Amino acid sequence: MGGGIIELQDVGKSFDGGRSQAVDGVSLGVAEGEFLALVGASGSGKTTTLKMINRLVQPDRGQVLVEGAPAGGLAAPELRRRIGYVFQGVGLFPHLSVAENIGITPSLLGWSRSDVQARTLELLDLVGLPRGYGQRPPSALSGGERQRVGVARALAARPRIVLMDEPFGALDPVTRDTLGGAYRELHERLGLTTVMVTHDMQEAILLADRIAVMRQGRLIALGAPGELVSGSADPAVRALMDMPRRQAERVRSRLGGEGPGHG
Amino acid sequence: MDDRFAAAWRLLPGYLGQHVLLSAAALALGLVISLPLALLAARSPRVRWPALAIASLIQTIPGLALLALFYPLLLAISSLTVRAFGLAIPALGFLPSLSALTLYSMLPILRNGVAGLTGLDPAVLEAADGVGMTAGQKLWRVEIPLAAPVAMAGVRTAAVWTIGAATLSTPVGQTSLGNYIFSGLQTENWVYVLFGCVAAAGLALIVDQLLGLIEAGAARRDGRRMLAGAAGLVLGTLAALAPFAEAGGPAYVIGAKNFSEQFILADVIGDQLKKTGARVADKDGLGSAVAFRALASSDLDVYVDYTGTLWTNVLHRTDSPPRQQMLAELTQQLKARYGVVVLGPLGFENAYALAMTAARAHALGVRSIQDLVPVAGQLTLGGDLEFLSRPEWAAIRSAYGLSFKAQRSYNPTFMYRALEDGEADVISAFSSDGRIAADHLVVLTDPRHAIPDYDAVLLISPKRAGDLRLRQVLLPLIGRIDVGHMRQANFMVDRDADKQPPEQAARWLEAAVGLN
Repeated sequence: MGGGIIELQDVGKSFDGGRSQAVDGVSLGVAEGEFLALVGASGSGKTTTLKMINRLVQPDRGQVLVEGAPAGGLAAPELRRRIGYVFQGVGLFPHLSVAENIGITPSLLGWSRSDVQARTLELLDLVGLPRGYGQRPPSALSGGERQRVGVARALAARPRIVLMDEPFGALDPVTRDTLGGAYRELHERLGLTTVMVTHDMQEAILLADRIAVMRQGRLIALGAPGELVSGSADPAVRALMDMPRRQAERVRSRLGGEGPGHG
Repeated sequence: MDDRFAAAWRLLPGYLGQHVLLSAAALALGLVISLPLALLAARSPRVRWPALAIASLIQTIPGLALLALFYPLLLAISSLTVRAFGLAIPALGFLPSLSALTLYSMLPILRNGVAGLTGLDPAVLEAADGVGMTAGQKLWRVEIPLAAPVAMAGVRTAAVWTIGAATLSTPVGQTSLGNYIFSGLQTENWVYVLFGCVAAAGLALIVDQLLGLIEAGAARRDGRRMLAGAAGLVLGTLAALAPFAEAGGPAYVIGAKNFSEQFILADVIGDQLKKTGARVADKDGLGSAVAFRALASSDLDVYVDYTGTLWTNVLHRTDSPPRQQMLAELTQQLKARYGVVVLGPLGFENAYALAMTAARAHALGVRSIQDLVPVAGQLTLGGDLEFLSRPEWAAIRSAYGLSFKAQRSYNPTFMYRALEDGEADVISAFSSDGRIAADHLVVLTDPRHAIPDYDAVLLISPKRAGDLRLRQVLLPLIGRIDVGHMRQANFMVDRDADKQPPEQAARWLEAAVGLN
């Protein structure tokens, strides 16, 4: 994957002075236009890996390249303004209106007031929210609407890269499915490169081009969903990948009245 | 009642203005110190713990004690700055009050500021980093606005505390609404006490409501509310300070210790000065030692003290020379040592004396202090707040070998009550006190002349030593006031029925002795 828009080269991070490694020698490339899902159990190091891309976490070792240049070459705030970020807890600023939340990165970049305003309306349209929502406080929105605003905020400064940290994890299944699909469409339409952390295998399989599986700080598998199911040497990875299908089969059988409880 | 209310009302602009000036300055200074400190403490646990611990510790010191402690502290600092730069720092009045109140205001601002900043949602803080804010942008755009409502609640608490505690600055020589309370307490003028309480509480309520408006505005991101609250505070402060703006030229500062006679005489002096068009400021309710030191350092310009007090407390003399010799030596010594001018005696004496009710004295067969010696073991001595620690008492005790069953300190007013109620058998009385005659008290004679003479004398500060206008105004007072008139004026203020405020008694005294 040499020459990817994001390159992680043997990066490592410890939060306890080296006694344990949260991320342990991960190398990973993401191609331009690709949608990569980072999956793994809690504590596997997937969120830490994601945060090292925009330096919310500073790696102890290894190198991160973004758009061909070392991530450490820019001041962290400047790097982050070029990369969209969608947060696990949404993290909207409660004291700012929806429009001010969406427009925050452009205004930090010094866009004119009218440019920020026009961009905000454009983004409300893009994520499927009524324009009138712009003046509301985030607290007046539902969970799904808030995460739509979170996505709009990430896209506001026209980044080429978007990082997402379990973006839809706290939403109900229907909203999660709708928003996931809607985001994948935006990813295509805007030609984005997306890295998404998720613990939901089904979501990863449905949205991602490739899936990176992590365990105990290490990258243990990387490939397209189909490749991983059949081709992985690690039985644990195969089982993990196969789980959504087995679940789907059980669901189908129970709904079809052929389950063991209905004989 | 109506007289006292009207008199209290007349004093309001001056007292309120000083009170507002002091509270506003202390609160502003408290904010300037505490807010950055809160930020530092929120960032670093190493700063947080000691900062909050020290602020809490300061809060446990009683307000009056904290104010009192700043007086010797500033005196010490002043003596250092005099040595180093030849520049004296006023140890009395505004500066010690400001320092103490500033310290007092810090805890709530600091504690709420830290709570506001450390209680922020970590997801929001991470989002601030994630969208590309620098540390400064994160502080101003996210942390401060979100912590502001909690911090403002602390500012409100601090404001209410400061305005309340500012009433305690009266005894260290800063005019405030506390002047009503302290002078009212000394003269049993409950109208004054109540007036001072209501005025201070009203001021605190208004300020609290205006700050509440700012707090609500900060919480709801409503700029108009914040602006309205801030405008109210600024306009109110300016309005309260307006009386100072019209004044011109430096004012004569007249001191008074904490009893009726001093209030009356200070008012007479002030009135005489005002008649010449001079501006006058009062520092009422001072302790004896504080008053002289304040005069010596020119924090006061003029006040009335007593020869015996100066002799023992300032010159530390234990002998008791004849009246004329003491006055001459005092005049010479105070000028030489402190640059203080003893302008002359007013014409009456206010000596420390021991007094008993006529009935009790008769029953015990006591007429002199000497007669007390055999029976003192069964008697309780009541002293005013200073007497028991004054050298005069030590002199009496050692001259006669007196030893009482118990000794208690009272506010002068309550001391007479204690005697009447039998709580005390013997009290330290003042010979010019109207209550001696009114309560039919017996003043015990002092056959060994252990207590020196206490002629009331006018003292002028070194700074005003060459002020001819001041001398011209004050000279007619010399030898003018006899003890009969003084007693009567004192009694007008101290009596229970038909009580007059000191100002009324001062007008009566002026008329009675022909000063106009």
